[in-house]
Amino acid sequence: MGGLTKEYVLQRVLMWFLTIWIGVTLTFAIPRMGKGDPVSVIVSRMMQRQGYVENANEIIESYKRRFGLNDPIMVQYIRYLGNVVRFDYGYSLTRFPTPAGEIVRPALPWTLGLLIVASTLSFGVGVTVGALMGWRKTPAWLQNILPASLTFTSIPYFMFGILLIFVFAFWLKILPATGGYSRDVDPAFNWTFISDVLQHAILPLFSIVVTSMGGWALGMRGLMIGVNNEDYFLLAQAKGLSPTRVFFRYGIRNAILPALTAFALGLGGLISGSTLVEWIFAYPGTGYVLYRSITALDYSVMQNICNLMIIITATGVLALDLLNPLIDPRITFKKSAAS
Amino acid sequence: MAANEKILEVLDLHVQYFTPRGAVKAANAVNLYVKAGEIVGLVGESGCGKTTVAMAILQMVQPPGRIVKGEIRINGHNIVNLSEAELRKVRWRELALIPQGAMNSLNPVLRIREQMGDAIQAHEAISARDLKARVLSLLNDVGLPERVYNMYPHELSGGMKQRVCIAMAVALNPAIIIADEPTSALDVVVQRVVAQTLLDVKKRLGVSMIMIGHDMGLQAQMVDRVAVMYAGNMVEVGPVESIFAQPLHPYTQLLIESIPSIRERKPLKVTEGLTHDLRNPPTGCCFQFRCPRVEPRCLQAQPAMIEAGPEHLVSCIHYQAR
Ligand SMILES: Nc1ncnc2c1ncn2[C@@H]1O[C@H](COP(=O)(O)OP(=O)(O)OP(=O)(O)O)[C@@H](O)[C@H]1O
Ligand SMILES: [Mg+2]
Repeated sequence: MGGLTKEYVLQRVLMWFLTIWIGVTLTFAIPRMGKGDPVSVIVSRMMQRQGYVENANEIIESYKRRFGLNDPIMVQYIRYLGNVVRFDYGYSLTRFPTPAGEIVRPALPWTLGLLIVASTLSFGVGVTVGALMGWRKTPAWLQNILPASLTFTSIPYFMFGILLIFVFAFWLKILPATGGYSRDVDPAFNWTFISDVLQHAILPLFSIVVTSMGGWALGMRGLMIGVNNEDYFLLAQAKGLSPTRVFFRYGIRNAILPALTAFALGLGGLISGSTLVEWIFAYPGTGYVLYRSITALDYSVMQNICNLMIIITATGVLALDLLNPLIDPRITFKKSAAS
Repeated sequence: MAANEKILEVLDLHVQYFTPRGAVKAANAVNLYVKAGEIVGLVGESGCGKTTVAMAILQMVQPPGRIVKGEIRINGHNIVNLSEAELRKVRWRELALIPQGAMNSLNPVLRIREQMGDAIQAHEAISARDLKARVLSLLNDVGLPERVYNMYPHELSGGMKQRVCIAMAVALNPAIIIADEPTSALDVVVQRVVAQTLLDVKKRLGVSMIMIGHDMGLQAQMVDRVAVMYAGNMVEVGPVESIFAQPLHPYTQLLIESIPSIRERKPLKVTEGLTHDLRNPPTGCCFQFRCPRVEPRCLQAQPAMIEAGPEHLVSCIHYQAR
């Protein structure tokens, strides 16, 4: 194919590594920049709740020693990097004997599943709708109804989520409002469980897809309108190719390239945005866990989730970067011509 | 009957672009025919409507443009108002195009083999192996090496791309090829090579062609008949020898005088004035604002085409019998 040169791959992998390193360093630094430290905050919170805690200062000291918070900052940082590599974030601060990883890991499949399906659906549907809106040969009746699918684009998706819950769960009562699966269903690999999970996923999925696909559609529409007037697009029609071939191989195939780049860059935003959706639907994903860890000031869980998000986003971008030269043969060419 | 040998006939063609500020009359009552095996040159300055006529022949005038009136006949059959599906069968099998600006006529993300192959596959059932052999022999016909088969357009030079377009145009041995300034974006040497390739292919296949261009020198060497357009109107059509020996229309005379020559260094003839706005053409002759021979009677109506010699037509009042 287009030719992934060794330099290109190396450069992208280096970028991937650098992005993760900077992100991970920030999750280390930010909690330490604030006033006070997690342990004192948690203990003083306990004091507020219970009125009095015996030996508060000693507890703080022993916790600090246990978590190594008294060591010089560089030692802490190096130890932290080592832990990150081993995916070990120590114990949860609020649910002490449980390791942070054990809280985060079960949440991960929920979020990954939701996001992968939601983002590909939203991109796929959005791009198709947009390309059809921008294509000159789209039948008129389709041209007229397509814009209706963009009605909900300007609504923030948490609001749309609330609306969906109201209509489908409380009013029509045909779909569950919250959660990942019903309490009375045992998590197992059988149809009852799977269909239950799918039913629970419909509303969160729908709220992300419907509100975010409009952006892709509008962008793609503009790109497609540009392609309409390209010489190669006219020539493809002059050749008497079937309209579907013209549309896919000479239209979408070219117009989608900038959209794909935007998709890669938007991955991060999608992940952070989903936190809100998970919170509204009480969906048992990392977003929901993150929200609870923030309110509980559980730093190790927070760090664990943040770093995971950084790694997932960077990996998504890397994957698309490596895919790009296969999709657009000009990319590696320009690189090797420049260097 | 003479009509039988006319492969392509353009009859009273009117094309207008309906812009918000009025209709651009880009082709007015254009008449033209091409006989079997003939090359007809279509010349005129930029913006006079050459590409518009070419696109109208292909039924591919882009919005806001539209064929307002007229017929395009291929082997006697009118193709204006054919359905999209019927047109698809005519395109490329009967009517091929070498587009203006070959630099951008190939899809940058598809290999040459796919872009040449799909044109053939769209019209013929052909096995993968035969298709490959066919594409390779087409590349060979236009003097391109076999490796081009697997290349992307950005890996080719301008001249090579143009030759790919030529190979593509002759792939189905169409009745007529429309070449829209096939050489204008290339440097002079490559221009000659590409023009020669085009002539070779044409000679071998005996295909008819319309060659659009504004280089009168190049036209003189390649075409059998010349059609001169000015501001959307056909002003003179005739055999290349008689057009060059005896140009009749003042605009044609001007075009031929402005061909640069080494032997006599004349000051470049700057054609005075600009073409009028095609949105509101004047009544009378379309060339009235720039014509050195303009008279009051020129301002009354666009003069009809009159036969001034064998196959030599001109639209100028000065040649009308009183
Ligand atoms: N899409 C359009 N909308 C409005 N006017 C147009 C459009 N396309 C072409 N025109 C007008 O139609 C006229 C003829 O254009 P055309 O492209 O046929 O000229 P041309 O003879 O091919 O010129 P060139 O030698 O520069 O290629 C021009 O005056 C141009 O401004
Ligand atoms: Mg043109």
